[in-house]
Amino acid sequence: MNKVRKGIPAQGKDHAELLVLLKEVQNKCGYLSEELLAELAKSLNMSLSDVYGVATFYSFLSTKPQGRNVIRICQCLPCFLKNSQSIVESVEKEIGIKPGETTPDGKFSFELTNCIGACDRAPAMMINHDVHSDLTPRKISQILKTRK
Amino acid sequence: MPQKEIVLRNCGVIDPRRIITYLDRDGFKALNKALDEMTQEGVIEEIKASGLRGRGGAGFPCGLKWELAKQAQEDGKYVICNADEGEVGTFKDGYILEKDPFTLIEAMAIAGYAIGAKSSYIYLRAEYHYLLDLLMGAISQAKEKGFLDHFDINICEGAGAYICGEESALMDSIEGKRGEVRYRPPFPPTKGLWEKPTIINNVETLMNIPQIILNGAHWFSQVGTEWSKGTKVFSVSGDVKKPGVYELVMGSPLRELVEGLALAERTKMVQIGGATGRIIPYEMIDTPLAFENILGAGAITVFDESRDVIDVVCRTMEFLAEESCGKCSPCREGTEVMVEILRRFSRGEGVDKDFRLLQELSNAMMLSSLCGLGQAAPIPVLDSLQYFRDNYQSRIKQKQGGVVA
Repeated sequence: MNKVRKGIPAQGKDHAELLVLLKEVQNKCGYLSEELLAELAKSLNMSLSDVYGVATFYSFLSTKPQGRNVIRICQCLPCFLKNSQSIVESVEKEIGIKPGETTPDGKFSFELTNCIGACDRAPAMMINHDVHSDLTPRKISQILKTRK
Repeated sequence: MPQKEIVLRNCGVIDPRRIITYLDRDGFKALNKALDEMTQEGVIEEIKASGLRGRGGAGFPCGLKWELAKQAQEDGKYVICNADEGEVGTFKDGYILEKDPFTLIEAMAIAGYAIGAKSSYIYLRAEYHYLLDLLMGAISQAKEKGFLDHFDINICEGAGAYICGEESALMDSIEGKRGEVRYRPPFPPTKGLWEKPTIINNVETLMNIPQIILNGAHWFSQVGTEWSKGTKVFSVSGDVKKPGVYELVMGSPLRELVEGLALAERTKMVQIGGATGRIIPYEMIDTPLAFENILGAGAITVFDESRDVIDVVCRTMEFLAEESCGKCSPCREGTEVMVEILRRFSRGEGVDKDFRLLQELSNAMMLSSLCGLGQAAPIPVLDSLQYFRDNYQSRIKQKQGGVVA
């Protein structure tokens, strides 16, 4: 329980802060577990279902454990036109998992995402908050090697 | 018509980390002019007279929006800058924020003065987190120089949701809720963020404001067409040699942008305005880019002859189905059913009555969806049916042919 409390900043009283707090908790704890959501609901005097509703609405919040590095490959048309499928395949090959999965060592999670605003440098992806663009299968293995 | 820089005039010229380089380019002179020489009404009149319309896609007259918020007799008004640039194929606002955050800050302060707001938000999409430090640095420099003494600018980061670019969903997201669309009326200038009068403007719309205040409405309204004043910033991507951000005078032909600047060849079709934008065939490449014709938020995705229109429309609809907020059923269910039908065509299993289904569903969604997502989702479908019906037909015939053989 101590660990749970540590995840929630002290100022978490105001309903309007919910989304901000969810992001903070996710940053600290890696993901939004049921216990954390229940704690948060209690401290904000909100129902668990309301908190869960917000936590599951946004694609950058996760109620499942996530890897230290979240890879998000853009699946929208401008990247698709530049063969983003080959990038998806090379990431699958490099780390051995499919979109929606996390490596057993907790190093990588892999997702497909919608437009990240790098269409002029397609195909593109994000790893955590960093944007990588003009990708090629060769670049992928270099980029992934630098991640711990 | 030529390229002209009003919005991008400082991009690549100033150092976005040093306010002094902005001050050297007449930075904050418009704010000082507004505060020292103009009344609130005077500022609003100037914007109204300029003919500036919203650049987020809807094209609502900016000055009118401000006037409605100014007239609302309530304290605690808000200015919101919509920097949730999630439209597929759009990246101009990210480019602007990265190259010239100061003009935006100045514009927001002018907007605050005009409507009588003391507080404001920049709603920054989660994918643009890398711009957060730069923006906060720019705000704190403007504060140090005394330009924001009576006006607060806060940054609220999104958490990954296309629909939060829609103004009412955006406000719910700032309030810490699910980003679901609100019923309207009331509109934001009467009841917006936390039920207070609020104006929400796109990044690009605001970027025009300081230049209008400095040079006057007449100067601005000389540029462009009758109903589309000024310039428009476009994000060009897809099958072109030089993708990127371009600013053109309103009314410029699509050909100039796509072939002249971005160097497209063997173009088959162009989608204008992102996932819910029009799809037009090459034969219409001379269409002027203006509110009177086709514009949207300025996303231009170019497809060459090797591309299949049904693939394009189907992928687009899959995206919209995923990003529908789910509040109203025409959009939530309609986009899913559209995906089903389009996938049938994609597999070559379309049947004749699918044409009628697509048409009927489109009508229902456009009439009864709560917001622009559901209302505009059928647009690319209807366009492709109109201009590329043969492609659909062939996906039926092939199947029948197969069965007969």
